[in-house]
Amino acid sequence: METKDLAKPLIRISNLEHSFTEGEGTIHALRGVSFDALAGEVTAVVGPSGCGKSTLLYLMGLLDRPDSGEIHLEEDSVALANDEIRTNLRNTKIGFVFQFHFLIKELTVCENVALPLRKSGVPEKQALRKAKDVLCRLGLDDKCDRLANKLSGGEQQRVAIARALVHSPALLLADEPTGNLDTANSEKVFQLLIQFAREEKIAVILVTHNSEIADNCDHIISMKDGQIINR
Amino acid sequence: MSLFGITLGIAFFVITQAQTSGFEAFFIRTILGTNGAIRISDSFQDMHGTVRSSSKEGKTRFFFHSREGARYTEGIENTELLRNALLHFPEISGISEVLEGNAILNGGSRSQTIQMHGIVLDDHIMVSDVENQIIQGSLSAFESDSMTILLGNRIAQRLMLKLGDRVTIEGGTGNLQLRIAGLFETGVSQIDKNRAYVHLSTSKAFLGKRFSGSIFQLSMFEPEKAPEISAQIQETTGHRVVSWQEREQVWLDVFKALRISSAITVSSILLLSGLGIFNVFAIMVMEKTRDIAILRSMGFKPSDISAVFLWQGAIILVIGIFLGSCVGILSTYGISKIPLRIRGIFSTESFVVNWDLSHYLWAILIAVLFVSIASWIPARRAAKIEPAKIIRETV
Repeated sequence: METKDLAKPLIRISNLEHSFTEGEGTIHALRGVSFDALAGEVTAVVGPSGCGKSTLLYLMGLLDRPDSGEIHLEEDSVALANDEIRTNLRNTKIGFVFQFHFLIKELTVCENVALPLRKSGVPEKQALRKAKDVLCRLGLDDKCDRLANKLSGGEQQRVAIARALVHSPALLLADEPTGNLDTANSEKVFQLLIQFAREEKIAVILVTHNSEIADNCDHIISMKDGQIINR
Repeated sequence: MSLFGITLGIAFFVITQAQTSGFEAFFIRTILGTNGAIRISDSFQDMHGTVRSSSKEGKTRFFFHSREGARYTEGIENTELLRNALLHFPEISGISEVLEGNAILNGGSRSQTIQMHGIVLDDHIMVSDVENQIIQGSLSAFESDSMTILLGNRIAQRLMLKLGDRVTIEGGTGNLQLRIAGLFETGVSQIDKNRAYVHLSTSKAFLGKRFSGSIFQLSMFEPEKAPEISAQIQETTGHRVVSWQEREQVWLDVFKALRISSAITVSSILLLSGLGIFNVFAIMVMEKTRDIAILRSMGFKPSDISAVFLWQGAIILVIGIFLGSCVGILSTYGISKIPLRIRGIFSTESFVVNWDLSHYLWAILIAVLFVSIASWIPARRAAKIEPAKIIRETV
């Protein structure tokens, strides 16, 4: 089994800059952002809308490429890695949870959760068994064979978390995972993220507008106008 | 709906091709069975002739000057020599000497002009389908008596003649009394209402052409090679040689045009099905943009995404090919049993179909082409979806 060196940062962001065009203008979403995140810790990224939180998350999740700066994932430089490497890393080391669950409605809960494993070549039976195990830990074992769109909002978001965790990622990126949930479900989802971060030694980076949730994280990064203003 | 279209397109393609090529193949079989694969006539003769006209006292006169001593010889002059030369062509399966000439057939109350073909029966059987074209009487009755005649059935109908009747052939060197030994039907109306077969020796005597005037009708093991072999024979023997393809070019062109036009027409069904698939897939890509973006965020490659659409296209294609081919086979068989009497350029009592694997392969090729394009364009579009952009816009 792979052991994680908890002293070394799992992900290191150095001087990250990113801009994109919208209409005729250029928006500088990130202006020299740098920070580290350790395995087993939960980091909250907070700030007003449009400050660059989600952009930062997509760059860390290798869904986008920065204009400049560096991203080291487990000490490997990945910011400018080729598409194949980035795709493989997304499949093996990174998990995503979005504000909306983004489950595939035609698939059952279990099939949705098993998708990352199926992609990495795990046989169907084995992948479904693993998916069921994760769903069991999230208290959703009785919902395995239901279609994803037949669940409640809170359940769907927990299924999305299960899907993000099923392949045992090193880094979990969550973009306002509780933004669409009521208080009770928000609390439940957040506790699950904390629990998995601690138990699985996953570095969780969480974008949130919810100050209560941010206050309960290990670290808080405040952003404004594409820059970190407080850590 | 798209699957239905592909099935229907392939089936229709196969059916129409089976029919048009069926009639074409039957026509070729008929003309090979009546006039052979190759016909050899007179040799190229150097006449060096000139034509001059002169006007005297308002009258126009034409003068034809030929080289001194030059003589035009009709038909093949030395048949044995040419026959021996032709034996060196291994592609030739039969040689029949035929002496053609016009005569008047008098059936008693009525008469008509006929085209008399003098033949040696055993030779002619090798180069024609005369054995199977006999509808009344027998070839043995004809073979055993040199004063007999085989008549096209339309002549017999018109002159109200029947088997065993005696007819008079007039013209040539005199009159001949012949007994009808058989009636034949080729299905080619032009032949059935004009042609009559008599013994070669009889026709030579009747037409007064004992030493020349004949032509050769040849059959071949592979009739498709007739143009090349014709050219070789013409080159080596110096005789005029015409292949069946050259002789029947007009009809062959008509069949070719029919086959191509029906293929184009039916291909439009496949094209429409392809457009249907394209529409469905294009809408699917638009509707599933978010799901595709999520799959990409999970590590699915662009090729994985496009494979989803290409596989769907392939499944529709494979099922469509299977069903279309089955429907095509059954329909072609059913059509071949539909009664249809045709006389004119050939004779048939039912629809003629041609079972040819190439029809299926062409239908499949066209379907593969249209479905591949119809699947590939949306698949490519799906593969190009940028996950970050889509997720950002969705949120």
